Amino acid sequence: MQVHQYKSGDLNIVLDVPSGSVHVVDDLTNDAVAYLAAGRTEAETADLIAKERGEAVSREEIGEVLAEIRELKENGLLFTPEPYAPAITEFAERPTVVKALCLHIAHDCNLACRYCFAEEGEYHGRRALMDLETGKKALRFLVTHSGARRNLEVDFFGGEPLMNWEVVKELVAYGRELEKEYPKNFRFTLTTNGVLLNDEVMDFCNREMDNVVLSIDGRKEVHDRMRPFRRGAGSYDVILPKFLKFAEQRRALGLKYYVRGTYTRWNLDFSRDVLHLADLGFDQISVEPVVASPEEPYSLREEDVPVLLAEYDRLADEMIRRKKCGKGFNFFHFMIDLSGGPCVYKRLSGCGSGTEYLAVTPWGDFYPCHQFVGMEEFLLGNVDEGVTRNDLVRDFKCVNVYAKKECRTCFARFYCSGGCAANAYNFSGNVLDVYEIGCILQKKRIECAIRIKAEEA
Amino acid sequence: MKHIKTLNTKNLQNTLKKGGCGECQTSCQSACKTSCTVGNQSCEAKN
Repeated sequence: MQVHQYKSGDLNIVLDVPSGSVHVVDDLTNDAVAYLAAGRTEAETADLIAKERGEAVSREEIGEVLAEIRELKENGLLFTPEPYAPAITEFAERPTVVKALCLHIAHDCNLACRYCFAEEGEYHGRRALMDLETGKKALRFLVTHSGARRNLEVDFFGGEPLMNWEVVKELVAYGRELEKEYPKNFRFTLTTNGVLLNDEVMDFCNREMDNVVLSIDGRKEVHDRMRPFRRGAGSYDVILPKFLKFAEQRRALGLKYYVRGTYTRWNLDFSRDVLHLADLGFDQISVEPVVASPEEPYSLREEDVPVLLAEYDRLADEMIRRKKCGKGFNFFHFMIDLSGGPCVYKRLSGCGSGTEYLAVTPWGDFYPCHQFVGMEEFLLGNVDEGVTRNDLVRDFKCVNVYAKKECRTCFARFYCSGGCAANAYNFSGNVLDVYEIGCILQKKRIECAIRIKAEEA
Repeated sequence: MKHIKTLNTKNLQNTLKKGGCGECQTSCQSACKTSCTVGNQSCEAKN
């Protein structure tokens, strides 16, 4: 049993963690829930509230509140048990299939973004482009190792994938051929910095890509500081008109896209960047905290956290206000599907890196995900031999919230699924650990997301 | 109810019975690439 209570805006929100039920309650009920959650009986709770509030509240009203809480409990919506651990442990033992690949189509880039975990596209290695044959082998590997799964995801990633555009197109065509041969459906995504984006690329993507992710950080000065060309000039003015055009096309066609940015210590007021992107007309926005080693001057520090938390509140306030005026937009990390979200298995068993999701280098090596590429200790196999490090796969299979000490009691565990294994590894050397600043921010985003839903209800 | 408004949510305990079908999106393949967010994804189970 676990209840998470918080105040957000003017609302008291009660989250029943094991069932995922969300209740908006008045102050009196909020106090009563807190006492009951702390182990007080109904009679003790009634006495404590009566004593605290004196004549401001009648015994009758307290009884009414307790009756409503009791009703929720009887209906399995509050103070529910958490019966998932045995099922998830068993689930972790299942034979897994691969259902998603991140194809590193180009380990090269025409920008020199200062925070790039890929080290300007080179991933601790050499510059390289994936050849068609390697890409084909990767797609065939996916098709033949995905069991009964129908939907397969392939992300063309880099570096900058448009630096190897012909191969991208040929691989999409090959994927469509494989769909005729096998009962599979490819969902392709292109992640791009926009420098080489043109009409031909847009047309192709609008026909073939399930999603496109367009990298832009926000305000011009923020973007240009961290996303320059190799010679130092900013890239904002080059990419913005193209992204605006592309997003408009995707929206008109009912196709998915995201503009996606990274915020750092240089723009702790990142809500302004999100709002800048919204003001430009983008309505699908993702802006995320940088993942960087603590010695980098732009990395986020513990003392920045209060500012960042306030920024998320500010963003939530503004999103609620804009939605009411008909100018709403989606912010990826405030999206939450309370009524149709994933099952508990998905929520507890982690992101799938190293098991259901693999990254493929230009020369065909497999890694658990794009963030592990170049770390030789995580090399899992390759497109010719398949996955050969089953010991590592087994380790990744066991990465779930019950295996992580900090997650077991965290209210957010059903929403973040234990967080990013790569972040945990980068900060602590152990995929079963957590990245603390990331967790604090994640919890705040979930609170804001639930609050936005509560305001809409 | 007078004091409590309950949002329309999917009861996670009900999802335990069917087992995971695995057709859903892989967490990182959408728009994040640096953080794991699962709660915003939709279930793709057909039944």
